[in-house]
Amino acid sequence: MNSKKFITLLFSISLLISSELKASDECFEGASRAVFKFNMGFDKAIIKPIANGYNKLPEPVKNGTSNFTSNIATLLSIPNHVLQGNLKGAGDATASFLINSTFGIIGLANPAEKLGLKAQKEDVGQTLGAYGVGAGCYFVLPILGPTTARDTIGMLADSFIDPFAHVTLREKELFGSSGNQFDYLAVKGTTAVDFRADNATNFDSLEKNSIDLYASFKSLYLQNRENKIKNSNEVEAEWGNLDN
Amino acid sequence: MKKLSLIVICSLFIFNQVLAFTYSSDPKIFVTELVNDAISKLSDKNISKEEKKEFIEKIALENVDINALGLYTLGEVRKSTDKDLLLKFQNSFTKYFLKSLTSRLTDYSNNKFEVISADKKSVNYTIVKSKILESENQPEIKIDWRIYTKNPDKPLIRDLIVEGLSLARTQKEEFSSILSSNNNDINILISKLNDFVNN
Repeated sequence: MNSKKFITLLFSISLLISSELKASDECFEGASRAVFKFNMGFDKAIIKPIANGYNKLPEPVKNGTSNFTSNIATLLSIPNHVLQGNLKGAGDATASFLINSTFGIIGLANPAEKLGLKAQKEDVGQTLGAYGVGAGCYFVLPILGPTTARDTIGMLADSFIDPFAHVTLREKELFGSSGNQFDYLAVKGTTAVDFRADNATNFDSLEKNSIDLYASFKSLYLQNRENKIKNSNEVEAEWGNLDN
Repeated sequence: MKKLSLIVICSLFIFNQVLAFTYSSDPKIFVTELVNDAISKLSDKNISKEEKKEFIEKIALENVDINALGLYTLGEVRKSTDKDLLLKFQNSFTKYFLKSLTSRLTDYSNNKFEVISADKKSVNYTIVKSKILESENQPEIKIDWRIYTKNPDKPLIRDLIVEGLSLARTQKEEFSSILSSNNNDINILISKLNDFVNN
């Protein structure tokens, strides 16, 4: 993408954030529902069968794959911890990455966790949220799924500050190593399959029991992002006058 | 005499049924007892699927604040809805809730469950923190239980928060989406709930 197009895209999305929209507001619900339907079809035809096959793999293979992709994702967390002023988090994530990449055999094992180093995942969307940037409106992207205006900017920015994207997507050299776009897509694709496989039962249950699946996914996505920004799972529900 | 024996036997049976679904009034012990009871029944291979379904429905009706949950999921719309329509909604919601709950739980496999702590938020609420321990098929899952304690002798479950995701809020936002795309017509929501129950 050339810089002119990129700036135009950023500007357009910024407008969606800076307006009075709440995360629960839709940017373009009709289009999002159509994309959601397409994504569900894509999931049924491609992702779900792969995830079901993946779930049949021996446990050590699945754990190794999950650890490997998580370890690579830690690289994105490090600069985001720094940007959020969380130096302890940045230190823990760096130590976790170094230990897992060496003693954990390129991240296939997770000895760092046994040492008490749990690398919390952070991305630019969360960093913007931590600085008080509102979510903006909600929409659904093809293949990539649910998002908000803020998280879309975050996702684009992730590819600039993520050392792994720097080496693969942009094919730059870092500490003598480099990769290509296929490596990037392979890792992101595997991460998606690993997530889908982990949540196979939850997806099935949600699909079976929802009367508006689109709205359920939206609610779960927004709750999850709120929790990640707060770094907390505390829920303050408003039960209002039902308590009286 | 025969009649008396019959009454005694019936009374014992009823008393036993009541006892089976009465748990402690302490929120933490209440969740522990309820879940342990559920685990033992649902993982028992000698109990049929139909019996498990009946069991889930009974403990849900007894221990979940389904009426309050239904009203909560309606959001602001409940304030402008007349009593008869609310009653109709509550009726459909209860059936929907029970069907959805039984479909999630009847295939339950034996997972290890642990109650971690209880945090009294107010006179009305205690949050009981628990987790399903990691097994071969799934990672550890944290579950918080929002227990309504206004009547201290009879705690009731109002929400389950699974890994930070509130099931009540998800349900509320799902209903809100249906209502807002249908001019807040509660009859359409009721008909969708009925469709779900009847399918």
